[in-house]
Amino acid sequence: MQTPILIAALLILAVTGYYLGRHKAVRVSGGMAARLHSLPSYYGFYVALWCGLPALVVLIVWSLVEPHVAEAVLHANLPAESLTLGADQLSLLVVDIKNLAYGNIVSREVDPALQAAADSYNAVRRIGGAALFVVALAVAVGGLGLGRRFVSAELRARNRVEAAITWLMILASTIAILTTLGIVLSLLFEAMRFFAKVPLAEFLFGLHWSPQTALRADQVGSSGGFGAVPLFAGTLLITLIAMCVAVPVGLFSAIYMSEYAGPRVRAMAKPALEVLAGVPTVVYGFFAALTVAPLFRGFGESVGLDVSSESALAAGTVMGIMIIPFVSSLSDDVMNAVPQSLRDGAYALGATRSETIRQVIIPAALPGIVGGVLLAVSRAIGETMIVVMAAGLAANLTANPLAAVTTVTVQIVTLLVGDQEFDSAKTLAAFALGLALFVITLSLNVVALHAVRRYRDKYD
Amino acid sequence: MKQARGFSERRLRRRYAAERRFRLTGLLAILAAVAMLGLLLVSIVAKGYSAFLQSELAVEVFYDPEVIDPQAEGDPEVLARADYQLLVKRALYERFPEVSERRARRRLAGLVSSGAGDVLRARVLTDPGIVGARGSVWVKTSDDIDSLLKGFVSRGLAEGDRRVKDDEISWIDALEAAGKVRTRFNTTFFTGSDSREPEQAGIWGAVVGSFLTLVVTLALSFPLGVLSAVYLEEFAPRNRWTDLIEVNINNLAAVPSIVFGLLGLAVFLNFFGLPRSAPLVGGMVLALMTLPTIIIAARAALKAVPPSIREAALGIGASKLQVVMHHVLPLAMPGVLTGTIIGMAQALGETAPLLMIGMVAFIVDIPGGFTDPATVLPVQIYIWADAPERAFVAKTSAAIMVLLAFLIAMNALAVLLRKRFERRW
Repeated sequence: MQTPILIAALLILAVTGYYLGRHKAVRVSGGMAARLHSLPSYYGFYVALWCGLPALVVLIVWSLVEPHVAEAVLHANLPAESLTLGADQLSLLVVDIKNLAYGNIVSREVDPALQAAADSYNAVRRIGGAALFVVALAVAVGGLGLGRRFVSAELRARNRVEAAITWLMILASTIAILTTLGIVLSLLFEAMRFFAKVPLAEFLFGLHWSPQTALRADQVGSSGGFGAVPLFAGTLLITLIAMCVAVPVGLFSAIYMSEYAGPRVRAMAKPALEVLAGVPTVVYGFFAALTVAPLFRGFGESVGLDVSSESALAAGTVMGIMIIPFVSSLSDDVMNAVPQSLRDGAYALGATRSETIRQVIIPAALPGIVGGVLLAVSRAIGETMIVVMAAGLAANLTANPLAAVTTVTVQIVTLLVGDQEFDSAKTLAAFALGLALFVITLSLNVVALHAVRRYRDKYD
Repeated sequence: MKQARGFSERRLRRRYAAERRFRLTGLLAILAAVAMLGLLLVSIVAKGYSAFLQSELAVEVFYDPEVIDPQAEGDPEVLARADYQLLVKRALYERFPEVSERRARRRLAGLVSSGAGDVLRARVLTDPGIVGARGSVWVKTSDDIDSLLKGFVSRGLAEGDRRVKDDEISWIDALEAAGKVRTRFNTTFFTGSDSREPEQAGIWGAVVGSFLTLVVTLALSFPLGVLSAVYLEEFAPRNRWTDLIEVNINNLAAVPSIVFGLLGLAVFLNFFGLPRSAPLVGGMVLALMTLPTIIIAARAALKAVPPSIREAALGIGASKLQVVMHHVLPLAMPGVLTGTIIGMAQALGETAPLLMIGMVAFIVDIPGGFTDPATVLPVQIYIWADAPERAFVAKTSAAIMVLLAFLIAMNALAVLLRKRFERRW
């Protein structure tokens, strides 16, 4: 890869530009810095920006365009007989040529034509890389020279540099919007392609999920059902179990910590709960699959219950443990925000502490607590690793917590991990599920944030 | 009168009892949470500590010239290609000459790891002179024998119910009695990369992958996060556009991580054609994911700097950008760095989005650059957790311990930074 070398070269050029610009500014001032509009270093930055920014733009644009150009050239240079191939065969051929070019394993006999195509592909990429190198350096040097020519005592270098930095900051802050836009557009675009193959109503209301589409028409199990209701039901079941664990434990921990605990207990309990939030989800998944699930299974067997080894109960319980800190820290915050005057009023009427908590503080903090719980629900719905490792793969429509169910996130992972062709309904279904997940969690978040904010406004 | 007092006393007692019960429930909730954390940690340590140890066998090897270098060329390439595993097998057959049945002989050869020959190869390559000589070599046992020696195979079970058969146990017992078995610290676990054989599998490849990925994440998310935080906190006018940005950032912080993986798959891989399984793409996806965390933390840190600092700097003629770059940002830096480290710790533990962009492949080579196929520590844990071999359970737990150690170190650094440099105004 020569990109790092190029970036290093550009960096060196920019630093050179800085010193050249500063040097020239000092020279044109005739040794009296007060005659300059700005401090000499700003002239340096000015030249460095002229040198670095255009070249950087060239580099970024090129790295976005290059793969497509190389691909187009590859297609144009394909052997004539390959044009008669179907689209699938053609894309396979292209993949093989690329693999050969990169020196990876190729899935077919390497004949001279294939080798030639790979060589020409490599040549195109080499020429492109060299061209980029030359063009970027030329732009950098040209920018450096141009910027240096602009340097004079009257140049408002500081204002120019500050304007450039401000634009940079505005650009950086739009990344958040671009990310959201990217998520929405990519999910929508792929989901539209999915809904062109599978009707929306079947996806939303169908009861049968088996995304294996057949390669041949006469294959067994070629039906390919895309009804997502079992997935939504499974997600809901596991989330419900998780909330049954997380809400009581989290809420009572928060009550104890904000109303009863002394500073010493607080200092011990709060970090412990934070550790619970910091454990990676893959660790929880491992814990659920290898410790909790066998535990529940063994316990179920001993009382004569048939517990699946991938039961919703195990995955939901562990997910609940993961969610505890979210519930407790958010409820802790909102209960601490309840004004002391409300507590004092209740005590003055002779209420005990628990009566104050139950009848004054919790009702006052309820909107905030509900908001926190909703945030936790959204977190549980979107949680992936625990359910991938501990919940099942088969889509069962059941409310039995001892049976194996599957969730939206599990299906996204199983549909997309491994070999895939990008335009089959099976792969596209993952994006439709992703869109559903995004919409559900987003609306939960919006409602929750709104509730929390309104609650804060009330007491601030 | 007396009756009334009795009534109120009873009621008071009831109320106090309710008070005690309520308080106890709260305490129990905290204890339950802590107990679950304890159970999690204990179960992982109990499963994983044994992976840091590896048992080894001493075998009397004859460095047979017929096998290693039949033409006596002495060419290192010939030496490197020879079948050293055969020498180890022969040494075992020699040690137990009474074993003659084919299947039993295969089991005998299976006492040692399939990578045992590599030890001999390394010896011959460093000193070709030993070809033709005899020597004792410590080689790793296979994973089943390793768990037998660590006491995880209960010998009381019927032979058909355990993976280690009676004759294997008798051979191992004989070797142990002769002092030919030892247990050593398992360095392979820290220096090797992924392998199908548990005794040869290590985490170094995944650690390097995680490091490369985090470098990309940090290089992207730190400058972008700080720049946008500075803009939003210090420069942005309050209008619809900045409100939109703010709502966006808050929502992005709560978007499920797997959705970022879908974004990476659709945009970075399929649209821009970046390589699959590469730390570059993984780092980019994680950068988008950690950006909201960093922005929110940086804004809080900037907000905590008192306005008097800004006014003083403005008062002596600094421009607005100079005020921020020379005074406000340096003062806010400890808070910004703390937020960044916490964001990086989150990125280090993240798995789901990386599965989407193909970082879940079986990769034996240690990645050497940002576009090489790589995997990361949490994904390695996921891969091993799925592996059927019993010995991978211990490896998985040990890898989890390493991951948690990294996370604890990062969070401790963040706490230290906050304690050491935080200023209260």
